[in-house]
Amino acid sequence: MTLLDSIIQRETAKQHRPWPRAIVGEDGWRQAIDLLVEGRCSLLGMWGDAPVVHMALLAEDFREIAVVTYVCADGSYPSVSARHPAAGRLERAIRDLYGLDAVGAPDNRSWLDLGFWGMRHPLGKRATADKPQPYQFLPVEGEGLHQIPVGPVHAGIIEPGHFRFTANGEHVVRLEQRLGYVHKGIESLMEGAPLERAAQLASHTSGDSTVAYAFAFAQAVEVATQATVPPRATYLRALMAELERLANHFGDIGAICNDAAFALMHAQTSILREGTLRAAEACFGHRLMMDEIVPGGVVRDIAETGVGQVQALLAKIRSTFPRLVELYDNTASLQDRTVTTGIVKPEYVRQFGAGGYVGRASGRGFDARRMPGCAPYGQLTFDVPVLDAGDVNARVWIRIREVEQSMALIDQILNHLPAGKIYTPVKPKAKACEGLGLAEAFRGDVLVWLRLDGKGRVERCHLRDPSWFQWPLLEVAIKDNIVADFPLCNKSFNCSYSGHDL
Amino acid sequence: MRRTLFESFAHGPLTEPAPAPDETGLVELAKAVNRAARVKLGRSLSIRQVDAGSCNGCELEIHALNNAFYDLERLGLHFVASPRHADVLMVTGPVTKNMREALLRTYNATPDPKWVIAVGACAADGGVFAGSYAVAGGVKDVVPVDLTIPGCPPNPRQLLAGLQALLQNAA
Repeated sequence: MTLLDSIIQRETAKQHRPWPRAIVGEDGWRQAIDLLVEGRCSLLGMWGDAPVVHMALLAEDFREIAVVTYVCADGSYPSVSARHPAAGRLERAIRDLYGLDAVGAPDNRSWLDLGFWGMRHPLGKRATADKPQPYQFLPVEGEGLHQIPVGPVHAGIIEPGHFRFTANGEHVVRLEQRLGYVHKGIESLMEGAPLERAAQLASHTSGDSTVAYAFAFAQAVEVATQATVPPRATYLRALMAELERLANHFGDIGAICNDAAFALMHAQTSILREGTLRAAEACFGHRLMMDEIVPGGVVRDIAETGVGQVQALLAKIRSTFPRLVELYDNTASLQDRTVTTGIVKPEYVRQFGAGGYVGRASGRGFDARRMPGCAPYGQLTFDVPVLDAGDVNARVWIRIREVEQSMALIDQILNHLPAGKIYTPVKPKAKACEGLGLAEAFRGDVLVWLRLDGKGRVERCHLRDPSWFQWPLLEVAIKDNIVADFPLCNKSFNCSYSGHDL
Repeated sequence: MRRTLFESFAHGPLTEPAPAPDETGLVELAKAVNRAARVKLGRSLSIRQVDAGSCNGCELEIHALNNAFYDLERLGLHFVASPRHADVLMVTGPVTKNMREALLRTYNATPDPKWVIAVGACAADGGVFAGSYAVAGGVKDVVPVDLTIPGCPPNPRQLLAGLQALLQNAA
């Protein structure tokens, strides 16, 4: 039985790949919400597209994806968040960008539109902007409560966003996030863009996940146009993706310890991170590997000296990383800060469909490399580590285990790197076509959905960062923890601002 | 822990020699800095980084300046948590309309004399995001800029060369 079997459909989109897309009426839309509420699938994404709203669903067993589309006849659609809170911020973003209303939604405040664009609904029917209204934070009442506003400009070298803490003494009773500050209008720039330009925009959506975004975008284009990618290119893409994962995990493990004032770990993992970026530069000519993956393959082959550099890097990691892991595990003062701090319950992770280390540290083992999977991961052996504790410590351990898995993957990639071409030009289809791509970034699954016109240009492209389903859980994780543990919790999530704000 | 510490002592520093100051930056700066400011500040500068809308790529490379290979603090440069403690603002990203106000307030909160460095291709002119309804432009479209460090993102050596240029003129 497939996901769409229990949904009444009006028609099926013909040019949508690789998963089906069904156009539904109100009854079908409500049945899809039922599936979410019953936990038979999780929300993989939700986005506007001129007069319609699409919702991507991921089956409970992760084996199947389906997209349902509701045509908003009068500029509105039945709210999903009224019954399934994971859709809340997505609905608010859809209203800001498209002007489509979610009827019955519990929260109608703006989300990405902070009142400075000079217009409303930039992707829908553009309207003149009203005078900006002050944002209404959720009311907090009670004796002895005080508020701590933080941001958008933060104290460290990090992205901007606003956090409103309400604390009772040292204990946080509520955190409310206010994001949207780095909204760049990427999806609007995508409209009408030729593939080359669109791939570049996708690559620059979130700098720490540039490989993953380019990977997901390329997949979406290739599946929409039914293009084939040379096997060597898929292996090189996976090599880049694993190097990106290593670099970010080293950075995060050190930074989490640094937020508990354990600078030694930060200094040591920074050396490993720098080594990884240098190996990436030696292989592909760019430390973050930006703009290397394009629809049809990759831009350049791995440099001859690159393989040796990566092997030297792996040897260095194997000689030093286990000792650092032992140091992490045996330092009581550090464990005191990370164990039982910032717990996310497994039911929340399931409800929000949170991916990456946030999901896997709380028992949800979704990994886009495994299922639905993409080339070349089907030919490679790796484990997806899963833990249940859901605290900062568990999110550190997931990263540690993933470092080990990524090293094993890189070994396999280098040993079995196929010979041959690295690029085949993508031939545009004569008619409009749609594709959905999913790549596993270091922080979770990146979804790219797009529709190309008959000339190979992008008509609509939606990029969904994993952070959409992780940010709300950080609000839950910090509750009842002390204010001083917020940096630890926040770093253990390391959500993206740029990827989320777009 | 002991073994890690002993090894660090034994193998000597990983820190690499700093690159020469960026010549193009020097010309740009010579106009911006006056002698009085140099005398006041000595050979040390405090930097406040402001992300005005970047993709986070520039932040990653600015972070790398603090690692053992680049060790920014040996040059008398260090990052501070508040604009009120800063001499220099390092601004990244195209300035989004949603961050414009925050950038202006941060600039106004920084005491004089102060310098602004626009870091990266987006900070120079909006980069790949130029022309969007949500982007105000490059950093110079919002606050006066004294030095631009190119690159997408600039790598740590490029950042160091740019900062060296600032230090030679400003401090």
